[in-house]
Amino acid sequence: MRHRQVIAALALAGLFVALYLYLYKIGVYGELKCGSGGCETVQASPYAILLGQPVALYGVLGYAALLAVSVLGLQPRFAARRWPTLLLAALATLGFLFTAYLTFLEMFVIHAWCRWCLGSAVIITLIWLVALPAARRNRA
Amino acid sequence: MRRFYLLLVAVAVVGGALLYVAGKSKPASVGAVSDVPPANDGFKGYTLGSDSAPIEVVEYVDYECPICALFGTVQFPTIREQLIATGKVRWRIRDYPLRIPAHPNARYAALAAECAGEQGKFWPMVDSLFNHHSWAQTGQDVSALFRGFAQGTGLDVAKYDVCMQSQRYAGRIAASYQEGEQLGVNGTPTFFVNGRTYQGHATSDGIKSFVDSLLASLTTRR
Repeated sequence: MRHRQVIAALALAGLFVALYLYLYKIGVYGELKCGSGGCETVQASPYAILLGQPVALYGVLGYAALLAVSVLGLQPRFAARRWPTLLLAALATLGFLFTAYLTFLEMFVIHAWCRWCLGSAVIITLIWLVALPAARRNRA
Repeated sequence: MRRFYLLLVAVAVVGGALLYVAGKSKPASVGAVSDVPPANDGFKGYTLGSDSAPIEVVEYVDYECPICALFGTVQFPTIREQLIATGKVRWRIRDYPLRIPAHPNARYAALAAECAGEQGKFWPMVDSLFNHHSWAQTGQDVSALFRGFAQGTGLDVAKYDVCMQSQRYAGRIAASYQEGEQLGVNGTPTFFVNGRTYQGHATSDGIKSFVDSLLASLTTRR
């Protein structure tokens, strides 16, 4: 149960980071508070769009899904069920792999670092590190 | 459990407050080149390669963008040698200076390239802008540096100065940007190969294989 609480809190934090990047990308914010130009360079690259949508939108949806599943899994009727833990592990793995790919692009293709993206990368990595052992325990 | 929900509310309050504060910041003004309305003079960008090349690649570029510079210095020489010099491809450059605070000199650089182009030195100026890219994203006054590039490429500097000061091609650059927006350009570099958006990585290998597949399909149709 504790792991679902931790994931819910982390997912909510990640949701705000992704939402911030998404709102910038669709023009709601004029500039990113980044400390360097890296965030805007990354956001202005063609890699910030995937299948016609800003990459940050996938982050918003991913974190929203993680938050929804973890909060749902904390409800008394689902608390003893295995599927929320397994679903959280699957979602976290997907998010972690996607983030690893994006970080690779930042490092080797775009050659610029977006601190908010790195913040999101840290959050999804922590979620993955919490979700995966929980799923393993659950299977045993 | 109650403590957990209190934690969630705390995270939500902090996150919401940060989004609110961020939303109150005004967009920074960008660049030393004044905003001018698009002026479409019919010019569709400088080209490299044969007019009869079966494939045309249009590159929307921002000279301040690090990926564009990397592409221009590392990948483009191979493309020049293997695709352009062999008559397969004609390369066309269109201006797309991003309007973001991190690229304050993007339009000024585009203007320098256009002013060099006026004297037949567009490509050498582009090479200078990309080969000495440490000017980018610094926000410093780059006018003396670019003037040095102009001198180095053999331009008539007096004419270059007049062109830059009058911002002669600012309207053309704005028109190119507008056309790019209409085509769906949302970052740089963006490539169109015979009108089709190139979705792959900005590498010579990726573009070469895309061009080769297009050439093969053109040959099959004949």
